[in-house]
Formats: sequence, C-alpha cells, structure tokens
Amino acid sequence: MRFLLLFSRQGKLRLQKWFTPVTEREKKKVIREMTLMVLARPPRSSNFLHWRDLKIVYKRYASLYFCCGLEDQDNELLTLEVLHRYVELLDKYFGNVCELDIIFNFEKAYFILDEFLMGGEILETSKTAVGIAMEEAETLQETMEEYMSKPTY
Amino acid sequence: MPAPIRLRELIRTIRTARTQAEEREMIQKECAAIRSSFREEDNTYRCRNVAKLLYMHMLGYPAHFGQLECLKLIASQKFTDKRIGYLGAMLLLDERQDVHLLMTNCIKNDLNHSTQYVQGLALCTLGCMGSSEMCRDLAGEVEKLLKTSNSYLRKKAALCAVHVIRKVPELMEMFLPATKNLLSEKNHGVLHTSVVLLTEMCERSPDMLLHFRKLVPQLVRILKNLIMSGYSPEHDVSGISDPFLQVRILRLLRILGRSDDDSSEAMNDILAQVATNTETSKNVGNAILYETVLTIMDIKSESGLRVLAINILGRFLLNNDKNIRYVALTSLLKTVQTDHNAVQRHRSTIVDCLKDLDVSIKRRAMELSFALVNGNNIRGMMKELLYFLDSCDPEFKADCASGVFLAAEKYAPSKRWHIDTIMRVLTTAGSYVRDDSVPNLIQLITNSVEMHAYTVQRLYKALLDDISQQPLVQVSSWCIGEYGDLLVSGQCEEEEPIQVTEDEVLDVLEGLLVSNLSAPVTRGYSLTAIMKLSTRFSSVNRIKKVVSIYGSSIDVELQQRAVEYNALFKKYDHMRPALLERMPIMEKTASNGPTEIVQTNGETEASMPDTKHLPLVTQPANQANDLLDLLGGNDVVPVIQTTLPTKPASAGGELLDLLGDLSLSGDPAPAPSVPISQPPFLLDGLSSQPLFNDTSAAIPPMTAYSKNGLKIELTFERTNPNPNIAVITIHATNTTEADMTEFVFQAAVPKTFQLQLLSPSSNIVPALNQGSVTQVIRVLNPQKQQLRMRVKLTYTHKGSPVQDLAEVNNFPPQSWQ
Repeated sequence: MRFLLLFSRQGKLRLQKWFTPVTEREKKKVIREMTLMVLARPPRSSNFLHWRDLKIVYKRYASLYFCCGLEDQDNELLTLEVLHRYVELLDKYFGNVCELDIIFNFEKAYFILDEFLMGGEILETSKTAVGIAMEEAETLQETMEEYMSKPTY
Repeated sequence: MPAPIRLRELIRTIRTARTQAEEREMIQKECAAIRSSFREEDNTYRCRNVAKLLYMHMLGYPAHFGQLECLKLIASQKFTDKRIGYLGAMLLLDERQDVHLLMTNCIKNDLNHSTQYVQGLALCTLGCMGSSEMCRDLAGEVEKLLKTSNSYLRKKAALCAVHVIRKVPELMEMFLPATKNLLSEKNHGVLHTSVVLLTEMCERSPDMLLHFRKLVPQLVRILKNLIMSGYSPEHDVSGISDPFLQVRILRLLRILGRSDDDSSEAMNDILAQVATNTETSKNVGNAILYETVLTIMDIKSESGLRVLAINILGRFLLNNDKNIRYVALTSLLKTVQTDHNAVQRHRSTIVDCLKDLDVSIKRRAMELSFALVNGNNIRGMMKELLYFLDSCDPEFKADCASGVFLAAEKYAPSKRWHIDTIMRVLTTAGSYVRDDSVPNLIQLITNSVEMHAYTVQRLYKALLDDISQQPLVQVSSWCIGEYGDLLVSGQCEEEEPIQVTEDEVLDVLEGLLVSNLSAPVTRGYSLTAIMKLSTRFSSVNRIKKVVSIYGSSIDVELQQRAVEYNALFKKYDHMRPALLERMPIMEKTASNGPTEIVQTNGETEASMPDTKHLPLVTQPANQANDLLDLLGGNDVVPVIQTTLPTKPASAGGELLDLLGDLSLSGDPAPAPSVPISQPPFLLDGLSSQPLFNDTSAAIPPMTAYSKNGLKIELTFERTNPNPNIAVITIHATNTTEADMTEFVFQAAVPKTFQLQLLSPSSNIVPALNQGSVTQVIRVLNPQKQQLRMRVKLTYTHKGSPVQDLAEVNNFPPQSWQ
C-alpha cells in the first residue's frame, strides 16, 4: 500500500497516511485527484480504479470514503477486507463510530491505524490484539496531575 | 498568558466557521498564539499545541514551524508527549526535511526503552518513514528486536526490517540469522509480518530465494492448519480463519514456486484444496481464491490445476459482484499470453462485459478483447468492438480506435472488409483517432488497388454527411484528389455507383476550404486535392480560379501551395500531368523479407505482392500495372487505353538503372519522372538483358494462343533473387493484312498465385508480322504449383471488336517449379 486517505462526501480530508516519502505539493495533488475521482463515481460501480501506475481501492462507510493506493502485486479484494477491518477496529474502540468521532479524535484514529498497519503492510491480524494494545497504551498516558508534576526531561 | 485552548475546543470552534475566510482568520489567530507559546519554550502545553497544529495541518494549512517542537516532544519522558511527538514526526518530518536526521538519537534511545509501547512507537516511526541514513544507523537495533521473544515487539521489528531492506537493500544479509525460527511462532501477528519479511527478501535476492525454498513444506503446513482449523474468534472473517495470513502465504508460495518444479509440486495439493474448498459467497473467500489463481498461473503447476484456475476466473466473470468481475478481467489479461486457448473459451463472456455499466470493467474488457482477437474470430469480434466504439465514452474512443486499426491490419480477412472497418471507425470516432492513422490509412487505400473506386465513393458519401471529423475529412479529400476520375465515371462495382458530377465534387472540396470546421491541415489536403483533379477532371478553369484565389490566403501554408500550383498552371503546364499522376504503391517502411504478402484467407481477390520485388516501382502512374482481378477485371480495360505515355526515350537510361538495381530500398520514384512504356526495344531487351542474372537454363518459349491470325508467344525468365517469381513476356503478332488496334491482353491466375501485368509496348499489333506487341507478366508462385492461366484478348480488327477467352495450361515445368 502506498497511501491511505479518509475524506468526507464534501471532500474534506479526515486522515492521511503516506507509506512512501512524498512532497507536500505532491500530497496535495494526490488528495485532490483521489477526491475528485472517487466522488465522481456513480453509485453502483466497482470499488476499483486505475490511476497512474497504481490500483485505487475505495469504499464508502456512511459519510466517509476510505481510499487507498495499491501497488501491482497487492490483492485488491483483500484490501477491501483490510479497510473493513480498520472500520471494525474504530467501531470497537469508539463504540458505533461515526465521522465526528474521527474528526474530534483524529490522533486516536492514527494510533489505532499504527497498531494495525505499518509501512503499508498489515501488522496485526487479530481483532482483539489491537484493542488490547490501545487500552494498555492509554494507561501509560499521564493524567493531568501526573503530567504536570512529572519532569519533561 | 492564559493556558492555550484545548484541542477539542479548537476543533469545535473552527467547525463553526461559516466561510473559508472566517476559518482562515481563526486559524491564523491560533497559529500566532501557538508560535509565541513555542518561543517561550513552554514544556507543559507543547503537546497540546502540536496536536492543534496537526489538526490545522490536516485542513491544509502550513505547519512547518512545528517540526522542531515534534523533536522536543519525542525527547520528552512523558508518554503522552512521545505519542503526539511521533505522530507529528510521521506527518511533518519526512526524510526530505532537514531536521529529519535529528530524530535518530531519540529513536535509538526509545528502541531500548523499558516500556514496550515506547519501543513500539519508535519502531513504528522508523518503519514508516525512516530515511536511508537513519535505517543504516539503527538497523542493528532492529535486528536485535527481531530476535526478542516479545511478540508485540517482534512483529513490529519484522515490518521495520522490511522498510530497512527497502531503503538499504545491502543490509538484507544482516537480518538472515534472525529469520531462522520466525515461522515457528504461534502468534499470527508475528507470522504474518514474518511472511512479509521473507517475501521481501526473496523478491530482492535470488540467493535468498534459493535459501528459503526449503520453507515450502512448513508454509504449506501452516496454510493447511489455517484451513482445517476450527473457529477462532480472534481471527475469523466470515467463517474463514485469518484470510490475511492465508493470502500472504499464497503470495510467498508463488514466489518460491516460480520456475521450480519441486517446490511447485509440493504445493500442488494445497492449492487444489484451497481452490475447491473455499467458500465463495463472500468477498473474503473470493479474495483468497483470487490469490490462489494468481499463484497457480505463475508457478509450474500441472495442466489440470491451470485449467481449474482459468475456470475459476471464468466463474468470476459471471459473478454478480462487480469487483470480482473486474479482478477476473485483470487476471485474464495477465494470462492471455501464456494460456491463450484457455482464455479464448471465455471469449463470449468477456465480450459481454463490454456492455457492462461500470467504466473500469469496460476498460478491462476492451483490453482483453483486443488481446483475444485472432484470424478466426476477427469478423465476430470486430462487430462487437465496433458496436462498443459507437456507444462508449469518449475516454475510450482513442484507445479503441487504435486497437481496431491494429487488429484490422493484422487479421483483415479481405481488403474490402479492411476498408469498410476503417471507414466505420472514421465515421463513428473520427475525431479521436491518432494522428498517424491518416497516413497509414492513405497507404492502405493506395495499396488496395482494386478497391479505389469503392473507397472513394464511400468516402465521398461520408463527406456529404459530416465534415467535422478531421481525420476522416483528410483521408477523403486525399482520395477524391487521387481517384476523383473514378468517382465521376461511376465505376464502382462493389456497390451501386453514385451519380456525381465534377462540379459537385469540386463544390464539396471547396466547401472544406471555407468551412470553419476544417483545421489548417485539412485545408491543405483539400487544396492539393482540387489541384490534382485538374488532370483528372475537365473543369480546369474552375480549378485554376480556386487556386489563384488562395494565392492570397492569410494561411501561409495554403498561400504557398496555391502560389506554387499557380506557377504550375502558368509556367510548368507541360509538367503538370506528370506531377499530378496517380501515386505509386507505397512500400511500408517496415517491410521485411521477400515473401511479405497480405494474407487473404482464401477470399477471391488478387493482392499486391510486396513491392520490394518490383524494381519497376516507377510504374505507378500507369493503371495497366494494376493487377487483374482473378475474374477478369473489366474495369481495367478502358484504363489501359489511356496510359500510353509520350515521353521521349531519353529517360530510358534511368529506367534501366532502376531495373538493374534490385536492392532498391523502396523509395517510390519521384512522380514526374519516367513513363512506363518505352519504345519496344527496352522491354524486349528485358528478356535478353542480364539484368535478372538468369543463370538458370533457358526455358523454352511456348505458344499460348493462336487463332484468327493472332499469335501469342510466351518467353520465360526466372529471377534469381526470388525463386518464386517467374517473368513471362508475351509477344503478340498478327498475320492478317489488317492491324489489330486497341489490343488488350489480360490474364488471370489461380488463387495461390499472384500476378502482375506490366504495361504493353503498344496496343497496336501491326499487320503481316511487321512488329509485335510485348508485355511483361510477373508471376509469384510461393507454393510452386503448376502454373495455369486464363487469358482474355480484346482488339479491334477491320473495324469490329473482337474478344476471346483462352486457357493456357501447358506451361513448361521450369517456369513454375
């Protein structure tokens, strides 16, 4: 996988993960083109597109589009399952996840993603392991008091 | 300074903005606050500020001034800080940034942290976006972690190693020892990432590939356990246990089994098992089947397994799910080269996919359809593809048109079909065809000599309908310019000839010149066409007028042409006929080898042999060189009358040179030069000239026809360069007391031969044997069959026309063996 993007029906970006080094300008360009291409698709089309040398897989969940760019050897049908798994993980964590959850807690969405994928490949295939890791990491996060009293360096 | 507002607070505020300007204002205000906070080196709120900055960055606003702050957060002891710091680093600090390398030390420390979640953060950051230098520095740490028993860290270290190898391939060796017992892990996360690591190593290094081939049995076993295992809530997806791992293993097996018989055999059974037992009702099962099919097709699988795979793809094509149809078409495209026949069996389903509503599917189906076209199915396939061209979206038209042209060129069953197909493309998708199709098409039309009348008629009719499609208009104008005489004389025999006058034709061409729809190039074509008609039509004055008007055209190209044509009318009128003669048969620039003949698939048609063999490429202007249709083309008759040129013999020397130079590279001779027929001696001379290096024993002449005083004798040569060609010269003599005038000799040969009739020395056979008419026939006989010929003779004797048909069968064996 080269990149993963989440954007709304109005084309507002909600999450961007890039698995290869890309310039800011190029990122903006890709985001714009993906948004245009995906939002223009008629309702009952296939979930696959071809763009430059990449296979684009996208899936819509409620008001959010999940869109990723794949390399030639990646399995498109399996990627649909990957996207679905990510949504399930978000759903488990937030409880009936909706777009607002991802807007207001974008950093958590990233943390969950980083427990599921790394460098464009799947890191963990177990449904429960990601949730457990998030819980445990959360306990490490300092409370306000602890945060204030602990020295930074 | 009051505490900076919280992240969620900021998000809420920004979302209340009603316009872009309002949002920008809020953001600028907040950025200013954040910047001053950063300047104060505030440790407490740095984390909060960076988080806010990251949100604003996602909205598209610049955030580079937060880069250093991310570094500070990463260096902090607090986990909360580190988490945001690393996130910020991943979003803002990619390897193109100057400060990227400053992370290295922090990451190194965190890789050795006591808390696994901190180590995890470091591994994640390194594994997502570490630069090559960073990877080089930290590879050792990663390798260490790859050997740990902590599965949480081990799986992250494995993917981090993948990234390191991608960035610095030379470091691959370093990770080899750690891979030793990766596959004996029970933890699926570690298993999955290990398979990914192994795949990466095998793809990059043939040595590694050889080394890891021994893992095939182990991989097969793991896969088998996954399939046979009972329900595992942790890994289950719609009844399938850990499909992600299954697919990854299948992919690794593919790489290991490629071009290795033993490995391929070892995985045969498991592949068959997966292929037959996987549940296909849900997407996840099909994902696994898809990967299995790819693996089967890529390794050295036995034929039964391959057929199974293609059939699975065939079933996919009929699936209701669009995604699956799309994937099937993509895979079939990959296998169509290697398993062509198997894919052909699904041709009708594939062609049906052309009518699918989904754009991606249509495109794949189109590509696959073109790959499946061959000599047997060309007619049926082309019908479907042309229908598709008619109705498809503009984005497809260009590619489809090119594909149609290519396929038509390769497999056209007949010239007429070829021309009809091209006409259809030009009329339906004329504005989308590529630029080079115009000259290619012109060349094709020129070479389809017997179709000239038909072609120009159809093109003329198309022009009457629509002049907006430039390629079509260009080809049509060119044809009308070349063959306008055929058009007005109503000679078409393929279809009902239309009645059109010279003035109507000129109206059309002049219309093109003035129309807004015509591109400048097109106007150039029409002006030249009009000019050419000055030697084919009689309304020369009208043409002169048009040409002189354009002498003052604003368009420089048109002006130049018009001025030169004007000059042609005024000062060089004697050269005009020669200059504007029919174009020669053009040789394709990529002609290769002596026997390049257009395949005609048994349809009754004579076609042009490759002109490389015909040094007499200078003949072009003369219609007499047109091959006679096997059925005795009547339409050729009148033409032969008009083409006796009147050039002086001085050009003869040139012709001789051309004849002698058999290694002509096919430049058509400049049109104005050399007429064909010379005083008899030149052609007669052909038979005795050593031009053709006739080293074979002289073949005895024979009498082909002798009746009513007309005697036709044949003499033979075999050309050395190509043993399949025989050159026959006819000598016609007349023993009666009256001349035989308007003498025309025509010949036809069976399908397996190709014939070319050069122009006669004259068309008067003088009385009382005072002279003879000679004519050269060249016969191509690639199959070395017995030569047979049917001849038709027409002449006028003592005022009455005489016509006779005869068969010549007694050719000496040396003429055709």
